[in-house]
Formats: sequence, structure tokens, C-alpha cells
Amino acid sequence: MLGLNKRDTRFLLIVIALTMLTPFILQPFPEGSALAQFNAGYPDLMQRIAIFGIFAIGFNILFGLTGYLSFGHAAFLGVGSYAVVWMYKLLDYNVLPGLALAIVTSGLFALAIGYLSLRRSGIYFSILTLAFAQMSFNLAYSVLTPITNGETGLQVYTSDPQILLGENEPNIPHLFGLVMSDSYKLNLGGWVFTFNIGYYFTAVIAILVFYLSLRIFRSPFGLMLRAVKSNQTRLNYTGVNPRPYTLAAFVISGMYAGLAGGLLAAMDPLAGAERMQWTESGAVVIMTILGGAGTLMGPVLGAGFIKYLEKIFSKINENVLDGWFSFLPDPLREVVVWIFSRFTGEGWALTLGLMFMLVVIFLPGGLMEGGERIRNLIRRRKNGSGDDASPGRTPAE
Amino acid sequence: MGILEVKDVNKHFGGLHALRDVNLSIREGSIHAIIGPNGAGKSTLLNVLVGKLVPDTGSVMFDGQSVLGRKPHEINQMGISRVFQTPEIFGDLTVMENVLIPCFARRDGAFRLHAFETVETEAELIEQAERALVDVNMADKRHHHAASLSRGDKRRLEMAMCLVQKPRLLLLDEPTAGMARANTNRTIDLLRDIHARRDITMVIIEHDMHVVFSLAQRITVLAQGTPLVEDTPENIKGHPKVQEAYLGEAH
Ligand SMILES: Nc1ncnc2c1ncn2[C@@H]1O[C@H](COP(=O)(O)OP(=O)(O)OP(=O)(O)O)[C@@H](O)[C@H]1O
Ligand SMILES: [Mg+2]
Repeated sequence: MLGLNKRDTRFLLIVIALTMLTPFILQPFPEGSALAQFNAGYPDLMQRIAIFGIFAIGFNILFGLTGYLSFGHAAFLGVGSYAVVWMYKLLDYNVLPGLALAIVTSGLFALAIGYLSLRRSGIYFSILTLAFAQMSFNLAYSVLTPITNGETGLQVYTSDPQILLGENEPNIPHLFGLVMSDSYKLNLGGWVFTFNIGYYFTAVIAILVFYLSLRIFRSPFGLMLRAVKSNQTRLNYTGVNPRPYTLAAFVISGMYAGLAGGLLAAMDPLAGAERMQWTESGAVVIMTILGGAGTLMGPVLGAGFIKYLEKIFSKINENVLDGWFSFLPDPLREVVVWIFSRFTGEGWALTLGLMFMLVVIFLPGGLMEGGERIRNLIRRRKNGSGDDASPGRTPAE
Repeated sequence: MGILEVKDVNKHFGGLHALRDVNLSIREGSIHAIIGPNGAGKSTLLNVLVGKLVPDTGSVMFDGQSVLGRKPHEINQMGISRVFQTPEIFGDLTVMENVLIPCFARRDGAFRLHAFETVETEAELIEQAERALVDVNMADKRHHHAASLSRGDKRRLEMAMCLVQKPRLLLLDEPTAGMARANTNRTIDLLRDIHARRDITMVIIEHDMHVVFSLAQRITVLAQGTPLVEDTPENIKGHPKVQEAYLGEAH
């Protein structure tokens, strides 16, 4: 189906099902229960996970397949956001024209940066991308203020032209009248599930670009990209010029990033230069490696994981911990709460750092490798030995 | 005029004169061996031929066209393939994928954005790759990781990768080093067979005299960067200069 073999079709169907059911999956605990704070089925969070999933899927096409580690992909994220807000300002609040422009401009931007950066490989390539991204960040704050609105950030003013804005058109981001922030709440027993238009819009796009990445992984183009990572010398002496392949991968991943940036502005009609900062570029690197670089699902998993930590784990402050450990005698409780609070609440980044370290040291293939090891273990328990690779993994380890 | 004409090539590495006035003419369709002691400059000469090194002076013509100043992938597209002294293969990929890549390269040239096709459905190329693997007796290892192969197997894989490109000139840098005797003999048969079947010119660098005398029609002896003699295998065997410079020392 759709140019996929049976295994990949099944895999895609599972991904579609999981994405569509996310509002249920991330909401396992009934409202008002002690564990309800671990629920993550909020429109804002789900949408963010999908958006950063898209960002990471695209990043993985470059980093996972070719091994070229870009430290500047946030620049494209920022370009995408600006493009969408500009379309709000000039046309109207329909998100589609902006997203199209976001993909095109970030693609062109990636073409320029990629063309220059790909003259070097390894650490020099990484540093060049970082330098270009930081340059874009600084320009957005200074000379480019007419386009970016500098520190205030780009937003829509009532004085903007908005030439397509109709009489009764919503005054917030929408898709042909379907307002992104609209939600439908479903009360089922003690549970509350939220179905948000913005989330489903993002989710459909995420599935489309996931399918695209699946096709790239299975294509001769994808094979060439993996060959670049494996041995460029051999590729050269096989009559293939690696440069256009790496550049194509760079541009494609830049367009993914631009799309993700555009979707951020579809959630919230604002664009600021801070989105281009190196921390954002670093985040997508961590997401991809944490989940499993070079695997299909890994980057999405990594993105979900980090966004979950950032939003949910960070809410567990000392008060919450006090509540949890109230059964302990006083001095002991204080100690326990103090220790735990280093890792939760504002300390969530420490937990992430530790996890990242453990994964890099013990599971170089990321969480996906962890999952696979567990699967193999179970299979080996059941029968002799398992040798089949999971559908999410390419034959390259 | 040979298919490959090397004229007055010199190459220095700092103070080391690695290639010294090298003149070489390879006749189209022949198997030409280059022998010589370690450090004679044999691999350096091949590096010049495939665009890895640019000589200080001289010219290299392949089929009437200069190869100097061309990029390695362009030289390969002209019809020159090379098996390296230390195998250059795609270690992270499977044996089958390793052979498929040159198949795609041959069909598509230096670049084609085939992002929406599927490797699995390229039946014709897969069959080509399969045949090449059968040729080098590695079909049963098609799903192995290339990095996990033995040195001899890696070399046979690399040979399959070159042969599947149907090059006009095949350069082999010690193709049987690290191989078991049985596989060495198999490789000799394979190269002889391919040479008979296809109109392919081969340049072989080899230390194993059994291989050299089984295959070569012409032999050039290289010592200290200079060709000493070039002749038929029969004449080389008895040549006093060769005995002294190479065979005498090696045996
Ligand atoms: N890139 C390089 N830089 C500096 N010196 C080099 C380089 N390549 C080769 N040499 C030197 O040039 C000389 C010739 O080396 P080359 O590899 O061509 O020898 P060879 O005939 O292939 O020997 P072997 O039989 O050991 O493979 C050697 O002394 C080697 O150390
Ligand atoms: Mg050598």
C-alpha cells in the first residue's frame, strides 16, 4: 500500500492509530486522582510533542542517515515561524499560506547555509552550522528588525493589511474557519479527554511527513545517504558525488524544521528570535539521540519524552513532593523532598541530563535500542533466539 | 596507443621521491601486473590514476582523455574502478546493499534525487547485485553486515562492487592479500573468467607470484618509484635485474 511493503504498511498504520489516539493515551489517570498530574493529554503539550516530533523526524534525515550533525537547525525553525506570522499580517489568519511559505523560505535558507557548511565535514561542519544559526539569531535582533520586529517579536497588529480577512473570519489562527485553539471535551467516568483542532491538524501533518521520511529511508536516495555516513571514500570511488546528496538531505531537513516552526506560530500567532537560539538547535540533537538516531520512531519518541519532562516533570515542585511524602516523619521527609526536588520541578533538566548520559553510554541506539533489547529478551525467553529487526530500525545498527 | 597512458609522472612526498619518471602504457584488454618491493610506489601510482593524488609532473590519459584534475567520482564514471589495498566498503550496510550502491551509481550517475522510489522494487538491479555476489561466492552472506566480514571476504565484496559497475579498467591493489589459498585460487579463476567474458582491462598489484604468473600478460617491475623493466611473465622470471631487485629479496 502507498508504495510500502507489508511490514512498513503495518508500521505506518500503528503510527497513525497511536497519533490519533494520543488524547486518550496521554490521559491514563482519572481527573482528580493523585496521579492526574502525570496526565499529558493537554492540547498545548500534545501539539508541542507533534511539532517537535516533526522537527526531529526531519533532523534525523540529515543526522541519522548521513551522520552530519547540524547545530543550527533552530534557524530554520525561526524562519518558519516568521513566515507564518507574516502571512497572518499580510493575508489573514488562515494557516495554510503561511505554512507553504514557511516550507519554501526555510528550504531556500537551508540551501544557502547547507551549500556553505557542507564544504566541510565532521566538527567543522557542526561549527559552521552553529555559526550561521547564531548569526541569524543576532541579525533577527538587530538589522533585520523591520522583518522580525526585534526583541518584541513579530505579531499581528490591527493596523496590518490582512487583505483577505473576511467579515466574520476568526481573529486567531484557523484552517478555513476551523479555529486551531477550539477543543471538544469528552467526560467519560472520571476521565476528561480533550480533542483539539490544532492538535489534530498538526497530527495529520506529522503523519504525512512521517510517511515521507519512511519513503526516504526505503529509497535509493536514503541508501545513498547511509552510504555517505558509512564511507564517503568508497562512495567517491563508486562514481557518486556525496555533496548533492548531503545538500538535498540538509534542505529536506531544513524544510521539516521550517514546517515545525510554522506550526508553532499556528499554535500561537507569535514569532520571536529566541526560537533561533542554539539551545533550540541543541534540543533537537538531544531528542534525536535520546530516541535513537537513524531509526524512524526514535526522534518522535525523544521529542515526546523531552517535552513531557519539560512540561509535566517541571510541575512537580516541593509542595507537591511534600504531599507525596507526608507519611514520612518530619526531618526525614524534608531530606527526601530536598533530594527529589533537585530532579523535579525546576530541576527537570538535571533528570534529562542524567538520562541522556545513561542512554549515550549504555544505549548508543537510544530508547529504540532499549525497546528492542527488551523485545529480544522476551523473545529469547519464549523460544530459541530472535533475529528479526524491528520495523522501526534500518539494517544499519 | 594503450587504453591507459602514463607519461613522465613524478610525485614527491616532502623529500621522498615516491614516483620517478614513470612511463607506462597499458594495452586495452590486457591483464597487466605491477610488482615491486614494499614502498616501491605501487599504491601511489594507483592513487594518481584514480584522482586521489595529483602528480607533480606528467600526464595520465585514459582512452584519449586526461584524468588529471578530475574528481574521483568523475574518473570512476569514465570507467575506472579500484579495489583498495585496505578494503573500502560500507561497513554499516549489508553485503547486498554494498553491491546495490554501485548498481545505482552506474544507472543514475553522480546524483539523482530518487527519494520516492523504493530499493526493494528495483528487481533488475537487485538481480545484477545478486549475480555479482554469486560470482565472488558470497551470495549466502548477502544479509551480513559488511563490517563483520573477514578481511578476505571484505576484499571479495569490494571486488563484486567494482565488477558490477562493468568498468573498462579495473585496478586491483593486492586483491588476494588476507585470503585463504582456496579463495585466492577462486579469485584467480574469477578474474580470468571475467577477463575472458568481458572486454575489460586489468591492472593488478600483487605480492603473490602465483597470482601474478597465473594472470598477467605483461608485468612491470617497480622499484624505488621507477619502472625497472616491463616484459612478458616468461622473460620477467629470468630477468637478472628483477631477481636482484625483487624476486631475489622476496624469496
Ligand atoms: N600520502 C602519503 N604521504 C606521505 N608519504 C606517502 C604517502 N603515501 C605513500 N607514501 C610513501 O611513499 C612510498 C610509496 O608508498 P606506496 O604505498 O605507494 O608503496 P607500495 O609500493 O604500495 O608498497 P606496499 O607493497 O607496502 O603496499 C612509501 O615510502 C610511503 O611511505
Ligand atoms: Mg601498496
